[in-house]
Amino acid sequence: MSADLTSLGLAEARDALAKKEVSSRELTSAYLAAIEDATPLNAFITVTADHALARADQADARIAAGEGGLIEGLPLAIKDLFCTDQIQTTAGSHILEGFKPQYESTVTANLWRQGGVMLGKTNLDEFAMGSSNETSFYGSVKNPWRRDGDSANLVPGGSSGGSATAVSAHLAAAAIGTDTGGSIRQPAAFTGTVGLKPTYGRCSRWGVVAFASSLDQAGPMTRSVRDAAILLRAMASYDSKDSTSVDIAVPDYETALTGDVKGLRIGIPTEYRVDGMPSDIEALWDKGIEWLRSAGAEIVDVSLPHTRYALPAYYIVAPAEASSNLARYDGVRYGLRVDGEQLQDMYEQTRAAGFGAEVKRRILIGTYVLSAGYYDAYYLQAQKVRTLIKQDFEKVFENVDALLTPTTPTPAFGIGERVDDPISMYLNDVMTVPANMAGLPGISVPAGLSSDGLPLGLQVLGKAFDEATILRVGEMIERAASFDARPQSWWSAS
Amino acid sequence: MSLDKATVAHIAMLARIRVEDAEQTVLAGELSGILGWIEQLSEVKTDGVEPMTSAVDTTLLRREDKMTDGGVQEKVLANAPATTEGFFVVPKVVE
Amino acid sequence: MAVIQGATGDWEMVIGLEVHAQVTSNSKLFSGAATSFGAAPNTQVSLVDAAMPGMLPVINRYCIEQAIRTGLGLKAKINLHSVFDRKNYFYADLPQGYQISQFLQPIVGEGVVTLDMGEGVTREIGITRLHLEQDAGKSLHDQHPSQSYVDLNRSGIALMEIVSEPDLRSPEEVAAYLRKIRTIVRYLGTCDGNMDEGSMRADVNVSMRRPGEEYGTRCEIKNINSIRFAQQAINYEARRQVDILEDGGAIAQETRLFDSRKGETRSMRSKEESHDYRYFPDPDLLPLVLTQEEVDAIEATLPELPDAKKARLIADYGIGDYEAGVLVADRVRADFFEAVAKNRDSKLAANWVIGEFFGALNKAEKEISISPVDADALGGLLDLISDDTISGRIAKDVFEVMFETGKSAADIVEEKGLKQVTDTGAIEEMIQAVLDANEDKVEQYKGGKDKLFGFFVGQVMKASGGKANPKAVNEILRAKLGG
Ligand SMILES: [Mg+2]
Ligand SMILES: [Zn+2]
Repeated sequence: MSADLTSLGLAEARDALAKKEVSSRELTSAYLAAIEDATPLNAFITVTADHALARADQADARIAAGEGGLIEGLPLAIKDLFCTDQIQTTAGSHILEGFKPQYESTVTANLWRQGGVMLGKTNLDEFAMGSSNETSFYGSVKNPWRRDGDSANLVPGGSSGGSATAVSAHLAAAAIGTDTGGSIRQPAAFTGTVGLKPTYGRCSRWGVVAFASSLDQAGPMTRSVRDAAILLRAMASYDSKDSTSVDIAVPDYETALTGDVKGLRIGIPTEYRVDGMPSDIEALWDKGIEWLRSAGAEIVDVSLPHTRYALPAYYIVAPAEASSNLARYDGVRYGLRVDGEQLQDMYEQTRAAGFGAEVKRRILIGTYVLSAGYYDAYYLQAQKVRTLIKQDFEKVFENVDALLTPTTPTPAFGIGERVDDPISMYLNDVMTVPANMAGLPGISVPAGLSSDGLPLGLQVLGKAFDEATILRVGEMIERAASFDARPQSWWSAS
Repeated sequence: MSLDKATVAHIAMLARIRVEDAEQTVLAGELSGILGWIEQLSEVKTDGVEPMTSAVDTTLLRREDKMTDGGVQEKVLANAPATTEGFFVVPKVVE
Repeated sequence: MAVIQGATGDWEMVIGLEVHAQVTSNSKLFSGAATSFGAAPNTQVSLVDAAMPGMLPVINRYCIEQAIRTGLGLKAKINLHSVFDRKNYFYADLPQGYQISQFLQPIVGEGVVTLDMGEGVTREIGITRLHLEQDAGKSLHDQHPSQSYVDLNRSGIALMEIVSEPDLRSPEEVAAYLRKIRTIVRYLGTCDGNMDEGSMRADVNVSMRRPGEEYGTRCEIKNINSIRFAQQAINYEARRQVDILEDGGAIAQETRLFDSRKGETRSMRSKEESHDYRYFPDPDLLPLVLTQEEVDAIEATLPELPDAKKARLIADYGIGDYEAGVLVADRVRADFFEAVAKNRDSKLAANWVIGEFFGALNKAEKEISISPVDADALGGLLDLISDDTISGRIAKDVFEVMFETGKSAADIVEEKGLKQVTDTGAIEEMIQAVLDANEDKVEQYKGGKDKLFGFFVGQVMKASGGKANPKAVNEILRAKLGG
């Protein structure tokens, strides 16, 4: 086959492997070369080239023997939040620099069981806390996309920015990320890729470095909706090691991609028309509505009255859980240690040196909202608001099959543009956070370009464990949009 | 809600993060800003609303009482900054 | 009630206990690592117990059942909806940086324990709650001048924390309470109660007040691992507090440590810095929801508990309150007694079990399970007493041999020819010989010195080598002397 093996997405590469038009070693080598060529993007923290080639050879042997799993021989990029056995796992933090887990996360173990090949571990916001990938100890990731006629570097979104960039720049056939408040869908929207956050409980959290336990969920980041369907099936499972995992069979999501949305009822939540939303995003949303209507779906205006409270409630619940989840990074058993005379000194110095500014901010906010005298006003109130948000969705889903919204209120912004304003940074997630708060699945599909040439995404939200429907609707939008724009490969040295 | 320097120092102590004096002032401003924005939650009427306990509708999984784990001292200690004779080593704890 | 007399008047002790009882489970509360005592450091630690990134807790079904069982044994309310919370604080042997515990909604609510204070006096002590939680690891501070060593083998072991109301008023009541809790959990099989191995420990809250007045400020003495230490610590702490109060000072609410070598309590500075535990429901776990059927099924398997057993022993066997109390303090001992007493003279059985048998065990430092004399063997001995084969006096000698050799009573009596002489002719001959040899004393007896009767009995028994049937000796002697 031609040299441009990296142009093959997951489904295409799978089919090419099956037809023996290409080997996994060839594919893997092509991607490793692309990664090397793309170092300016800073998408990877660790590249596991030797490991990848060895796995590719094993995959080729299985394919030759007529065996092989759902994603046999397909090269993947893994967010560096998934613990990988004997391979450095940093969570984007200095405090975990050099940490080599002695175990494999359930999600990645599922991928390897299905034949996946790991190219490396992708960059992310520190402990997945961020929406721009600028909080990583290992440096910002650059979005492959730039504004028309402008050479300024843009953020890829976050926290799964390295994975999004890897998919967008064709540094991997597909990637996986995690989504706590939009960390898969928002970077997907910023990089012109597909990102799916499954229902909470669909993918195991075992072995994924925890940010906010009641919100974290792993999911696929791909070039197409079909690829997302393939990858989700490979990574999802019920896991008896995760008490919040749900024992529901994993369907073959690819069969849901019927291209037919006739008779589906699609809700348009009025509350997502936020103040100051750019007109091109509003126009894209209207286009999406029109595509679905003309494909035979029924469009229904709906109301989710507590939407505007989702984000402030999120910024109580997530930091509170994080403040507790990150207490284990204390310099005793793994990771960074800054010695002190006494144990308390060691703790304080290790954590001061090991965590970056945004992580510290969130730990302190979380500590504050849980502390004596404030718990009821903040944490308890936020969890009650969460109940109301969930009830809003439940009511609406009695009448509709899915919801259509924009994924983000703006396209990608410049590196450094928002770092000094935490709240404007937080507002990035205003459209993605409600689904996390309610535990519902959502997918972002690239659907068009902004006036200055940047990708924009539309989001489809669904009922619990009904990933099949959002994939079906997402694919319909993908077809209608026929989004085929690509970033210029300005980063390439060759 | 505005948060003063002393409160920052207190929560930093609870969180075991050393925050130098000058940094405390900066953080007090930043955190006050964030908390002020979060404040809007108090508008929501939540009388009689149960707080969410989990995003999933399922029951707590219970495992059997079987010895299925442990016996992996080398894995437990593999990443430790300091160990001796199977123990983790830390600076002296004063009781 | 223990009253301390100060220079300004009397002071009363107010004491509440938090007992940590380790659930007798094979594996930990939230991981599959082993729980046995004394393993090499960090060998009974899973990656969950070591709080590796991304590790998650999955609860042990058996530990839930044991907590319910214990709650039922404390006559407490079982909460069908309970929640696991995180208690956040930093400590070298707390790997997660939080302990998974239960705070606002524990699995067991209010109950009661009855203490037997002797001479028919009982005290009812309120139980506030029982909750499930993880144990911490262990830090060794005395191995190195500037370092502490951490072993996580205990980290994550299931504990039941049993919290009492501040209803205890003296070190003696505290001792009785601890013994009673230990007896109850041992009956139930939910905790082995071994305080010296740390499977039962107590935090003791002590405050002082003027009798009948409001509670004073309390101090919590942490992690006491023997009943004797608990009593010593309370006595020391009460005196310390009274001294401060009498000087017009105020008690600072704090956590203290008992130094058993010095017999003192002292402030534990390391625990003082963070009182704010920031409890919140553990998002890695869902609420624990039980059904009434589940609780009922466990209740149906409860054994007879010490209070009920004691009442039954008194009613069924006609033994005294004290004897019954001694027997039920240990289920195995009570069972042993019942096996011995079955179809026998129960008072004789109680005397022998509590007296000779427990005495011999204590002396030999042996448990019933490895006793050389089992219930059947002891019963066999009692049968020989009851059917007049041997006297009670001889029986004691026989028992000693039984305990040494493990032989049956019948064999020993046979071998050594200890069979009681019941042949009245033979006894009469012996009596006549004694009377003949002591004519002067016979005269004195007849002259009114009644006390000499015992001397004649003693002489006859001596002549028979203890084997003469005492009843026959008495009867014949009385007839001869009276005649
Ligand atoms: Mg306590
Ligand atoms: Zn406790």
